[in-house]
Amino acid sequence: MSERELYRKRLVSMADLTPAHITRILDTARVMKGISERDVKKAPTLRGRTVINFFAEPSTRTRTSFEIAGKRLSADVINISAAGSSLSKGESLKDMVGNLRAMNPDLLVVRHGASGAPEMISRWVDCTVVNAGDGRHEHPTQCLLDLMTVREKKGTLEGLNVSIVGDIANSRVARSNLIGMRAMGMKVTVCGPATLLPPRAGEMADRVTSRIEEAVEGADVVMMLRIQTERMEGANFPNIREYSRMYCLTAERMKRAARGALVLHPGPVNLGVEIAPDVAEGPWSVILDQVTYGVAVRMAILYLLLGGGLPEQ
Amino acid sequence: MAENHASVILNAQKQRQIITRMAHEVVERNRNLDDFVIVGIVTRGAVLARRLARELKRITKRDIPVGELDPTLYRDDFKRTGALLGAKPTEIPFSVDDKTALLVDDVLFTGRTVNAAMAHLFDIGRPKRIQLAVLIDRGHRELPIRPDSCGKNVPTQYVEKIRVRFKECDGRDVVLSGLAGSAE
Repeated sequence: MSERELYRKRLVSMADLTPAHITRILDTARVMKGISERDVKKAPTLRGRTVINFFAEPSTRTRTSFEIAGKRLSADVINISAAGSSLSKGESLKDMVGNLRAMNPDLLVVRHGASGAPEMISRWVDCTVVNAGDGRHEHPTQCLLDLMTVREKKGTLEGLNVSIVGDIANSRVARSNLIGMRAMGMKVTVCGPATLLPPRAGEMADRVTSRIEEAVEGADVVMMLRIQTERMEGANFPNIREYSRMYCLTAERMKRAARGALVLHPGPVNLGVEIAPDVAEGPWSVILDQVTYGVAVRMAILYLLLGGGLPEQ
Repeated sequence: MAENHASVILNAQKQRQIITRMAHEVVERNRNLDDFVIVGIVTRGAVLARRLARELKRITKRDIPVGELDPTLYRDDFKRTGALLGAKPTEIPFSVDDKTALLVDDVLFTGRTVNAAMAHLFDIGRPKRIQLAVLIDRGHRELPIRPDSCGKNVPTQYVEKIRVRFKECDGRDVVLSGLAGSAE
C-alpha cells in the first residue's frame, strides 16, 4: 500500500497526518463551517456515498457530530451502536465488520473501547476508516477540532503554550492532542496527579507537572479533561472531592493564565469536579465553539478522505 | 522552445478596455441597477467581479454589492477529480433573494463550473434572475449554458489552456493561451 493509499484509507492516529495535512483539513473545515451557517445547511458533494457510524461505546456528541457532518454533505449516514447490534448477541467483532463490509459502505466511523480496534478494522475492510475514539489510544477528530478552535480564536497555533490537565493516562484526547499540537509547533504541558500521568510522560510532552497552578501559569490554552471513572481500575486518588480541591480549574486559578487565554474541554463536563461552573460558562470558555467546529472538522475529514484530498505531501 | 510558449490573447490595455465594455453591456441590459448584485466565482472570477463593480460605480455612481462563491462542493465531477482542488469559502454577505445576480467568471469552457455555481447560489437564496458574464468564452460547452456578456470569443483546442492573469492575484494583467505545460 502506497503512502497515498494509506491516507485515503484511514485516519486512525494523528500520527497519520503531516502538519501540511492538518493545515489542509483546518482550511477546508472553515469552508464547511460556512455551510452550517446557511439556511440551507447542505451541499450535494457526497451524494450517493454511504457512511456507517459504528459506535461500540456510548457517545452522544461525537456520533451526532459525525451524523450531522455526513448529512450536511448529502451522504447517507447509518448509525449502529453496540447495545442494539448483534454484538450484544455474542457475534464477534470480525463477523460484524464482515457483514458491514458486505453492505458496501464508503466510510466507517469507528468508536470502540479497545485501543487499536479501528486500526484492526481498517485491515478487514476496503473502505475508509475513521477513528472516533478507541480506548485509551487516540481520538484524532477531537484533536483536529481542538486545533481548529484554537486557530480560529487565536489566529495561529505555532508557539502557543497549552496545558492539558486531568486524567492524562486514560485520555485518548490527551494522546491525540500531544501528537497534533506538538506537530503544529505548540508547547504542551501535561498536568495531573502522578497516578494519572502515563509512564514516560516526559517523552510525550514538553513539560510535566502535578501542580495545576504551575500548569496554568502563562498558558494560552488550558484544556481540562474529564475524570473517566469508566476507564479507571482501582483508586488513583483518594476521592472526587480531594481531586477537585487539587485540580479543579477555578476562576481564581485562571487568573494565572496569559491574557486572552482559552479554556477547552472535550465534554461531557463534570461541573465542579474538574472545572468550576463560572469557568465553564465564563469568558475564557470555548467549549461550545468546540462543538460547532467539531461538525465542520468532521465534514472536512469526510470530504477529504472520500475525495482523496490528503495525498502524500 | 518557441512552439511550447504561451501566446498573448489579450494584453493589459485590451483586457481593461474589454472589462469597461462589459460593464457598459451590463448597464444596457439592466435598465436600472436596483436589486442588482454581482457574484464572482473564485478566484479570478471574483477579481473580475470586483473590477466590473468598480466600472459600474464609475458609470452609474452606484455601489453594487459583490460577493464571491466557490462551487467546488457542488461539482458533478467530485468522483473523478476528488477533493484535490481545495475548496475556498463562499462569502456573499448580502441576500440574493429576488435580486438579479450577475455571475462572473474569467473563462467559460464546458459550462460545468457555472452549472455548479448556480446550484450553489440556489442553496443560498432564490435570485429573481441570474445573468452570466465571462471575460473569455473558449467554446467546447458540454451543457446548455451561454454567457449574457462575453469579453472575447476565443476558438480553442480542447487540450489548450487559457490563462487569465490579473494584477490583484498574479501581478500582471494578461490573457495567455498555450498547450498544457507551456511557459508563461
